[in-house]
Amino acid sequence: MDTGLGGLMHGFSIALEPHNLLWCFVGVMVGNLVGVLPGMGVLSAISILLPLTFGMKPVAAVLMLSGIYYGAQYGGAICSILLNLPCHPPHAVTCLDGFPLTKQGRGGVALGITMLGSMFGAAFGILQMIFFAPYVANVAFQFGAPEICSLMLLGLLAGSTLAKGSPLKGVAMTLLGLILGIMGTDVNTGVERFTFGVVDLSDGLELVALSLGLFGIAEFLRSVNNTAPLNLAYTNIKMSDMVPTRDDIKRSAFPILRGTLVGSLCSCIPGTGPTIASFVAYATEKKVSKTPERFGHGAIEGVAAPEASTHSSVQGDFIPTMSLGIPGDAVMALLLGALIIHGITPGPRLIVEHPDLFWGLIASFWVGNLILIVLNVPMIGIWVKMLMIPYKYLYPSALFFICIGVFAARNSLFDVGATLALGIFGYLLVLLKFEPAPILLGFVLGPRFEENFRRALIISRGDLMTFVERPISGVFLGFCFLLVGAQIYVRFVKPKVAAAAGVAGHAAE
Amino acid sequence: MISESRRDYYAGGLMILIGGGAAVIGSTYKVGSLTQMGPGFFPVCLGVMITFMGVLIALAASVGAKAGADIMDAHHALPAHPDWRGWGCIIGSVAAFILLAEYAGLAPATFFCVFIGACGDNDSNVKSSALLAGGVTVFAIALFSFVLHVQIPIVRGL
Repeated sequence: MDTGLGGLMHGFSIALEPHNLLWCFVGVMVGNLVGVLPGMGVLSAISILLPLTFGMKPVAAVLMLSGIYYGAQYGGAICSILLNLPCHPPHAVTCLDGFPLTKQGRGGVALGITMLGSMFGAAFGILQMIFFAPYVANVAFQFGAPEICSLMLLGLLAGSTLAKGSPLKGVAMTLLGLILGIMGTDVNTGVERFTFGVVDLSDGLELVALSLGLFGIAEFLRSVNNTAPLNLAYTNIKMSDMVPTRDDIKRSAFPILRGTLVGSLCSCIPGTGPTIASFVAYATEKKVSKTPERFGHGAIEGVAAPEASTHSSVQGDFIPTMSLGIPGDAVMALLLGALIIHGITPGPRLIVEHPDLFWGLIASFWVGNLILIVLNVPMIGIWVKMLMIPYKYLYPSALFFICIGVFAARNSLFDVGATLALGIFGYLLVLLKFEPAPILLGFVLGPRFEENFRRALIISRGDLMTFVERPISGVFLGFCFLLVGAQIYVRFVKPKVAAAAGVAGHAAE
Repeated sequence: MISESRRDYYAGGLMILIGGGAAVIGSTYKVGSLTQMGPGFFPVCLGVMITFMGVLIALAASVGAKAGADIMDAHHALPAHPDWRGWGCIIGSVAAFILLAEYAGLAPATFFCVFIGACGDNDSNVKSSALLAGGVTVFAIALFSFVLHVQIPIVRGL
């Protein structure tokens, strides 16, 4: 596709329009804030702001919501390194070496290296998207209903089994999400399903209500009076503390490069988002290091590699979402939901039909990351002050924003009640050690999955073999079997190895 | 504290319940055949699959219990002390918002939503909660009533 550079130029002209620039700024700012504040989640922040974007143009809305996601990655690192709080899963592993560095008085340097690594990782991730996404979409043009179905199945399976927690429970959650997704009036027959006679449910369950219930209210129920005490002893950081020495840069150059590659690889596999990328990057660094005993006691490589990989995988995460319409994790599912709400059909045609959106988004990644560096380096002192806002002031305010956000989605107080019910249900799920994130994945893909499944079988006259006989679809299904087979092998055939790995993992924590 | 395998029995049971329910309700819509799928086809399939997953989760728990795997992450079990104050206040906070937004208006709804929520923290007192609630209310009225025009009057009946 020859539109690569031309498209990007066009994208910049859109991303630099004053009001798009403003919303991009608002997005990364909110994201950074959410990242810094312990106990706030990216999913809740995006869900709360989603209803506010209904009045905006789709481009501005998507720029802002995406900005929250990658912006939060910058803030999350500050929280991990200075407070030793793994409040954002992708940065949990950064605590291992980041906090010891802080205790040695080198927290600022760790942050400085993080910024360098982030910048490099993000830049690589964006380049990957520029060259990769149009290519993937081009291939996907030939997909019919059976291929889309098999691909969705693969995405859903990967999303539910490769993320943390038990794969069985993950699959159960995905199926639950699919069921929740088809609530409401069936588009083909007009029959109302699972509405229990409630008029408010005939349009289906509201996306914002589901995600704020599961990730907002359930999270507050879990963490109220149950947060780790903040250790603010080391939070006095100024910009001048962030300058790394020549030795630090020399030590972190290759870890950053390796981390970035790990991150971009992880972003290509559906279901393995930034969290897994950062853990893999850390483990890799420890393995290739000549002095692995330094890890856990303040090795700068242990900060550089996972942070670079997080950022490259966060940007790469957008590729399957934008080029195939298949989200890799819950955040992407939410963004996909936002696209649908704004009347944009996700899928391989998105790049051709909405070049403004696609290239504008990519250009805004460059702009947004630049803004974030400017926000974080000279103004680090302000963000560090934010760390001190206690949780007891945060969550009541957030509760209100959840209520008003859900209400604003379709002016319905019924939805606020649904959010509360889903929140209590979500907390129950968490107590039973279910991981609620795949629910969102299933919920967003549910209606499209059903539609394509029906269509595929109508075309094949009810012959299920169509999914296997069509080569591309067959390959996807083959991957599904591989995935399930590998999980069974790891869990049941070699449980001793897995148990040993698990114990080692716990020891490392 | 409940043991790991016990909890997975509950987890499996919950899924069997949800899946079974979905399948039964789904079968009341027209199910149809593979060629001519009715609206009930997909829900029934999903319901059956969730039930199946529930059975597998419970089975895996009994296998895991024998292998002694539940020592591995026993520290993730239920919170040792149920926190009724926190839970009650969070639920009450959202409930208050719904009721007051319906009958009293945005300002009282915001105030009591934040106030009741803030009371859930063990370190909070009436004064600090009221201060926080007041602050958020002023901000909320400015932003949501005057800038964003949310469809709830500030005070109903004026």
